[in-house]
Amino acid sequence: MTLAKRVPIFLLRLLALGASVTAAVVMVSARDSAQVLNVTFEANYTNSPTFKYFVIINAVAGGYTLIVLFCPSKVSLFRFLLVSDLIVTLLLDSSVSANIAIGQVGKHGNSHAGWLPICNQVPKFCNHVAGALIANFVASLAYLVILLYSLHIVLNLPKP
Amino acid sequence: MADEKVVEGAENGACQTPVVSANKANDWLIFLLRLFAFFATVSATVVMAINKQTLTVVVATIGRTPIQASVTAKFQHTPAFIFFVIANGLASIHNLLMLIVELIGHKFDFKGLRYLLIPILDMLNVALVSGGTSAAVFIGELARNGNSHAKWNKICDKFSTYCKHGGGAMIASSIGLVLMIIVNVISITKLRIQKCQNYSRLP
Repeated sequence: MTLAKRVPIFLLRLLALGASVTAAVVMVSARDSAQVLNVTFEANYTNSPTFKYFVIINAVAGGYTLIVLFCPSKVSLFRFLLVSDLIVTLLLDSSVSANIAIGQVGKHGNSHAGWLPICNQVPKFCNHVAGALIANFVASLAYLVILLYSLHIVLNLPKP
Repeated sequence: MADEKVVEGAENGACQTPVVSANKANDWLIFLLRLFAFFATVSATVVMAINKQTLTVVVATIGRTPIQASVTAKFQHTPAFIFFVIANGLASIHNLLMLIVELIGHKFDFKGLRYLLIPILDMLNVALVSGGTSAAVFIGELARNGNSHAKWNKICDKFSTYCKHGGGAMIASSIGLVLMIIVNVISITKLRIQKCQNYSRLP
């Protein structure tokens, strides 16, 4: 495969690696505490299984991208790489979607279920989570572009 | 190669159109899997869309008459479930269109573009369904277990029918997601890097 085709994918993978590692690190370092009626109430990423899932998925995506970056691109491996790229894109996409849902409940609450928003009490935690979500979103977008570009390469369409 | 079908439009020595290995068994496999995926996504959409439960709660008692208020749980109350319904609805429309294209689409051929469009559209819809399913699953887990750190109470002990139906819709959507992933992977592995067919050899 020519260098001109490999360079954009390499750059996109670098972007995805940076974004997913940033997302995992920012989520792990999100911490805030609030005092309500003399009870200290700590907000941490371990409080919710969704946030734990977020950290795991982003760590896995970052590790996978690191391995693939230094993999020699043989033509025979290319289609296998496409399938594993698809799976990693799906995982990133599912993690961003689930965490946006939980984050929305944390920020606005759900009056029908009687769930009060918590972002007023722990604003630093909420901001860190929002930043991690943005990084994850960038990583999943980068992977989507990698996937579409790889599909374009596989079909080897001529340039117009 | 005897088992390769070249799409119309390929010209002498020019690699213009993608080549797909024509395997009848593969085509029928994809058709069947897509049919099941269609049923799964449609049932997920419908079950979540008609999911509703009403409870009457006694709020106060004046004298001997209890005052009752009714509390309803509907899918519209949670944005995650709204996204779930929309994502599964779009995916089932996509599956239906692809089924129709496979049945009657062999007459129309857009210069082999179809073999590129189908995996791309499949990928987009797989991403959509995976997002919808995971959001609904995690919100459902929150509803079932609550979150003591954030003081969010669980609601599944009161609205048990709502939770059960929602869980069924999520299972159907997950099955549809797995089937769509398999269909997508098969479509991708059917594509080949174009080898130029040389038609200028005359007998």
